[in-house]
Amino acid sequence: MENDIVQMKNITKIFGSYKANDNISLKLKKGEILALLGENGAGKSTLMGMLSGLLKPTSGEIIINGKPAKMENPREAKALGIGMVHQHFMLIPAFSVLENIILGDEPLKAGRIDYKKAAKDIEFLAGKYHLEIDLNAKVSDITVGMQQRVEIMKALYRKANVFIFDEPTAALTPQEISQLMKITHALSEEGKSIIFITHKLKEIKEVADRCVVIRMGKVIDSVRVAETKEAALAEMMVGHKVNFAIDKKEVNQEKDIFKIEKLSVEAHGQLKIKNLDLTVHSGEIVGVAGVDGNGQSELIEAVTGLRKCKTGTIMLNGKKIQHQSARKIAEAGISCIPEDRQNVGLILPLTISENLVLKSYYKKPISNKGFLNYKKINEDGRRMIKQFDIRSQSEKELVGDLSGGNQQKVVVAREISAQPDLLIAANPTRGVDIGAIEYIHEKIMEQRNAGHGVLLVSFELEEILKLSDRVVVMHEGQIVGEIDPRDTSSEELGMLMAGKQQAEEMGEIS
Amino acid sequence: MSLSTILMTVFSTTLIYAAPLIFTALGGTFSERSGVVNVGLEGMMIVGAFSSTVFNLSFGNVFGAGTPWISLLIGGFFGLLFSLLHAVATVTYRADHIISGTVLNLMAPALCVFLTRIFYNGKGQTPVIDQSMGNFTFPGLANIPFIGKILFTRTSLIAYLAIFVGGASWFFLYRTNIGLRLRSVGENPAAADTLGINVAKYRYIGVLISGALGGVGGAVMAQSITLNFSASTISGQGFMSLAAMIFGKWNPMGATGAAIFFGLAQSLPIIGGYIPILSHVDSVWFQIAPYAITIIVLVIFLGKAVAPAADGRNYIKGK
Ligand SMILES: Nc1ncnc2c1ncn2[C@@H]1O[C@H](COP(=O)(O)OP(=O)(O)OP(=O)(O)O)[C@@H](O)[C@H]1O
Ligand SMILES: [Mg+2]
Repeated sequence: MENDIVQMKNITKIFGSYKANDNISLKLKKGEILALLGENGAGKSTLMGMLSGLLKPTSGEIIINGKPAKMENPREAKALGIGMVHQHFMLIPAFSVLENIILGDEPLKAGRIDYKKAAKDIEFLAGKYHLEIDLNAKVSDITVGMQQRVEIMKALYRKANVFIFDEPTAALTPQEISQLMKITHALSEEGKSIIFITHKLKEIKEVADRCVVIRMGKVIDSVRVAETKEAALAEMMVGHKVNFAIDKKEVNQEKDIFKIEKLSVEAHGQLKIKNLDLTVHSGEIVGVAGVDGNGQSELIEAVTGLRKCKTGTIMLNGKKIQHQSARKIAEAGISCIPEDRQNVGLILPLTISENLVLKSYYKKPISNKGFLNYKKINEDGRRMIKQFDIRSQSEKELVGDLSGGNQQKVVVAREISAQPDLLIAANPTRGVDIGAIEYIHEKIMEQRNAGHGVLLVSFELEEILKLSDRVVVMHEGQIVGEIDPRDTSSEELGMLMAGKQQAEEMGEIS
Repeated sequence: MSLSTILMTVFSTTLIYAAPLIFTALGGTFSERSGVVNVGLEGMMIVGAFSSTVFNLSFGNVFGAGTPWISLLIGGFFGLLFSLLHAVATVTYRADHIISGTVLNLMAPALCVFLTRIFYNGKGQTPVIDQSMGNFTFPGLANIPFIGKILFTRTSLIAYLAIFVGGASWFFLYRTNIGLRLRSVGENPAAADTLGINVAKYRYIGVLISGALGGVGGAVMAQSITLNFSASTISGQGFMSLAAMIFGKWNPMGATGAAIFFGLAQSLPIIGGYIPILSHVDSVWFQIAPYAITIIVLVIFLGKAVAPAADGRNYIKGK
C-alpha cells in the first residue's frame, strides 16, 4: 500500500535459543495510532527495538516509506524519522533536562551550543503540547513522572514522523496520562504515526485506531479498537478470561502496626516532608494518593532508611526505627517495592535467583559460614518463578535480560515473600500486564487479610480505590485529606488531588 | 632575599613543575569523561618524554631555539599513537581498562630505555639537550608593580600555555556539542546510542586526546626539567596527574588547579632551600612530600568525588 509508513515483514528475533519474536508482520499507516498489546515478555519491546535500530532482526525485513531499511543502528532509524520513547528511560542523570533533550541534535552558534535557542524551541513545544518540564533541573533530581515527560519531549524535539511510545503511561499520573492522550491525538492529526504500547485497556480504547495483540512472540490478531470490547481484548491477550474482582475480608484493624509522628525530611536542600503524621493499622491497606513530586518518594526513602529524617519518629510495632540502617529496618519487618525497580529494586547483571535473595543472602540457610548455598538459592528461585509467573528461560537468566514487567515481578516476589509486617508498595503494578496485576493485587490483599499493614503509594487511582481501606491525599509533604474509598470515585479523588494543587497555585498568585 | 624575590621563585618553580602535570591531568580528564579509565598516563608521558628528547637531540641544530616547542608536538604525536593501543584494547576489544593501562605503563619504560640503548651507544640515558625551554619574562606585564615581578618575570611560558589549554578544554567539554557528546558516552553510553551518537567514536576521541596531552606533558617534563631522557625522567608524574584529575573532580578547571597544587608539592625540594624557615628541614621530607600528598589527597577525595557514571565500563550493544 502506498500510505504504509512502516512495514515489518516476517520478523523473527532469537536471543540465544529463545524466540522472542516469531514471524511477526506489522503495518502502520500515515496518521494512524496503533496499540500493541501483549503479556509481559510477549515481545513488544523487542519488536520495537528492531524498528528503532537498537536490535537486529534474526530474519525478516523492515520497510520504511516503501524502501527497505537496513536499520543497522539507532542513527539510521533516527534519520528515517523514527523516534522511540523507551520503556526504561534512556537519560543521563548527571546532565540537565535541557542537555538530555538536545543531546545529539544540538543547535550551534559559532561553534558552541546555542542553549538559548534550544531552550526557546523546547519551551515552544512544551507550550504547544502542554508538557511541563523544568529545563534547568538535573535529571537525577527530578521525579519519575518528569523523567517520562522529558523522554516524550526528546522524541517531539527530534520531529519524528513515527513515534514509538513503549509504556509511557506506567509512571504517569491520571492528569498526565490524559495530557499524553491529547498529545498523541494532536500528533496523529499532524499526520504522524504512533505506536503505543500499554497494558491499560482503557487507554487503548481511548487513543488507538487499531490494536495488534501479541502472545508469546506471535501476532494473535489485529482488531479495530472501536469494534472491540475491553474484556475481549483482555481475553485475546492472556488467552483466557480475566477476573477483576478481589476478595476483601473483614479483619481486625485495631492494632497500630506502623506510626509516623511529626516527620520532617529534607531533600536537595528543600523540606520535602513537613510534620507528617500517618498510621497504618493491622489488616489495613492505606493508599497514598497525590500529584507526583509532593514528597511521596522522600516518604518512602525515609521510612526504608535510605534518607535521613530531620525530625519526628517512625515506629513499627511500637519500636522506633528511624536512624537505623536499611538492613535493620528490613529485618524489623518492613518490605518495600520501590518506585524505580532498575536502580533501587534490582541488580540487573545478577541472575533472577540471586536477585531474589538480596535480602537474605547473608543469613542461614542461604549462607553457611560465609559460603553461599547456590543449590538452595536456585531451588528457591525456581519455586518463586513458578509461583509469581516470572516469564524467563531459567532461574539463572540475568534480570537485565527480562522484559520490564517480569523485572517488576521479581521485585514483588522478593518483597512479598518476606511476609513483612508492613509492606510499602510504590506503583507495584508499574508495567505489568493485566493477568499479573490481578495476581499482585491478590498477593497484596493476602498480606492485609493476614493482618499485616500495607502502605500503597500509587498513581493508579483505580488501583488505590480498589485495594485501600483508607486513602490519604498527600500534598506538599503533608497529608491534607482523607477519604473513604467505598464512596469515592477515581474522578472525585483526581479532582481532590488536582484541586489541592490548583487551590495552592491560585493562592500563590493572589 | 626580598619577599618578592622569594615569591617569584616559589611561583615560577611551582609553575615549571606544574606544567607537565596540567597537560597530563587534562588528558586524563578527556579520557575518563568519555568513559575510559586511563591509568596509562604514566606510560604516555614516558613515550612523550622519550620521543621529544630524541627529536630535540637530532634536530636541535636545524631548528635552533624553536626546537623544544616542536619537540612538544612530536611528544604529543607519539603519545597519541601510543594511546591508540589503549583505545583499541578498551573500546574495540572491551579489555579491562586498568589492565590495559597497566600494560602501557609496563611497556613504555622498557621500550623507551631499550631504544635509548640502541640509539645512544648502549647508554641507559640520552645526552642532555642543548635547546631547552628556558624561563620567560612577559614584556609589558612584567612592569606591573610587585605582581609583575612575581607572576610575569623569569617564569614558565609553557605553564601559562597549559593553563590556557585547561580553559580551552573546559570550553570544549562544556560548551561545544562534541564535548557534550563525549561526556554523554562517559555517563550513559546506552542512552547516547539511542540518540544516534557513535559511542566508540567519541571514546576513541577521548582516549586519543588524552594520549596527545599526556605525550605533551611528558615532553614538557623532558624539555624543561630533566633535559634528557632516562628511566627516571618520569617518576610518578602520570599518577600524580591522575590524582590531580580526581582532586579536580574530572573537570578541566579543577584538574588544572589541582595540578598547580601538585606542582607546588613537587617543587618543595627546590624551593625549600630558599625559604628561611624551611631551610633547616631535612630535604628527604621534601622529596617524599609530593608522593605523600598524592596519597593523602586520593584517600580523602576519591570516595567523595563523583566520577562519570560509566567511567571504566565497556559498552556492549544489544545484539
Ligand atoms: N537481551 C536479551 N537477551 C535475552 N533475552 C531477552 C533479551 N531481551 C529480551 N529478552 C527476552 O525476550 C522476551 C520478550 O521481551 P520484551 O522485552 O520484548 O517483552 P515485552 O513484551 O516488552 O514485555 P513487558 O510488557 O514486560 O515490557 C522476554 O522473555 C525476555 O526475557
Ligand atoms: Mg517491554
